[in-house]
Amino acid sequence: MSVLEMRRVSRTYGLGAAEVHALNEIDLMVDAGAMVAVMGPSGSGKSTLLTIAGSLEEPSAGEVRVCGQELTRLSRNARARMRRRSIGYVFQDFNLLPGLTAAENVALPLELDGVSARKARLAGLAALEELGLAERAASFPDQLSGGERQRVAIARAVVGERQLLLADEPSGALDSVNGEAVMRLIHAACKRGVAAVVVTHDAQLASWADRVVFLRDGRVTDQTLPVPGPESLLTRGSGQ
Amino acid sequence: MSVRHALLALLSEGPKYGLQLREEFEARTGEVWPLNVGQVYTTLQRLERDGLVESDGDGQDGPQKGFRITAAGAQELTGWLRTPSDMSSPPRDELVMKVLVALRVPGTDVRDVIQVHRRYLVELMQQWTRIKESEAESDMSLALVVDAELFRLDAVVRWLDAADGRIKRGADLSADPQATTTTGTTTGTTTGTTPAVPKVRRRIGARR
Repeated sequence: MSVLEMRRVSRTYGLGAAEVHALNEIDLMVDAGAMVAVMGPSGSGKSTLLTIAGSLEEPSAGEVRVCGQELTRLSRNARARMRRRSIGYVFQDFNLLPGLTAAENVALPLELDGVSARKARLAGLAALEELGLAERAASFPDQLSGGERQRVAIARAVVGERQLLLADEPSGALDSVNGEAVMRLIHAACKRGVAAVVVTHDAQLASWADRVVFLRDGRVTDQTLPVPGPESLLTRGSGQ
Repeated sequence: MSVRHALLALLSEGPKYGLQLREEFEARTGEVWPLNVGQVYTTLQRLERDGLVESDGDGQDGPQKGFRITAAGAQELTGWLRTPSDMSSPPRDELVMKVLVALRVPGTDVRDVIQVHRRYLVELMQQWTRIKESEAESDMSLALVVDAELFRLDAVVRWLDAADGRIKRGADLSADPQATTTTGTTTGTTTGTTPAVPKVRRRIGARR
């Protein structure tokens, strides 16, 4: 089942001569357990695609469904509830609240959704533990390394029953080892059934995805074919 | 890749048999570079001829013949490790040639040509990443080989991205000669048209 369905989605800014087509009839389906990377240069529409998929912005035309519900047909409150319960976001600059501990940052979306503080805290701690950060639960963001901050952000994005993870250059501010660790965590979340969309201009990041979609000037121009098994490379005998 | 120096490195740990060298070579390179046993013995014979290794000396080639590194071999190995590989002149890269040629073939959309190669490279990177994900975490040698391959392919993708952007900008400027004065993105005092097709003015050395 597709967790995210985008059909003929367009987004236009401005009017008349100043009109800009940020997205042009985009189709994108992401099933439960799949990771899709969206690659493209700056200005290709990657971030607009992500904000529309996450219901932070409305499309000018087309249909967006998350977990089977069409976003434009939901009331503002219902969309906000959908965002809190079903969608997690990971940003390049972490976006953690500096006055809250790691555990409180992770528990916050659940508390905002009406879950009791105690239950939210327990769920937050469990999410941190899963990402190997249990001992950092009481630390504030400025006491954490960049890699740890992003792991906290991922814990916050997948805590509870989230089904869709949206990430914008999630390892852009990290070195390659920490970046890889972040991608492993997103990949692990997908193996547990979360659907993920990662927008990036970084091919190493994108190569963690099951499918890579290429955007250019607001249009999907291409996508990768299913990945064959590793034996196709290991038995090739290159470099002799 | 230098099989010769890889064998010297393995022998620097202690005497070994030919077959053992082959197995250890493959294991240490994450089994990404298979080596046939004939290549191992040919290389060992040359190393022995050059005084860089010594054999048991019974004159019989075969799996039971042992080899050890000599002092000259150890010196050769140390020198090789500390000598940077020659990267001073650009390789004659087929992909670069294809993009340059595509710019000049009438009716060819060079950005489509670039995308075909970009997709192929990303698909290759996906395969290497699967290996890293499934096997390389517990195998340091394989992880290093896979990282090297991923960074190499990534560099090519980045070049394609840069070429794509440069060609798009060149086309935009050709379509709108005033763009350089309004976008502020060009360097220097250029205010006129910029040719869509870049001209290579200097002849630079190319290695194969």
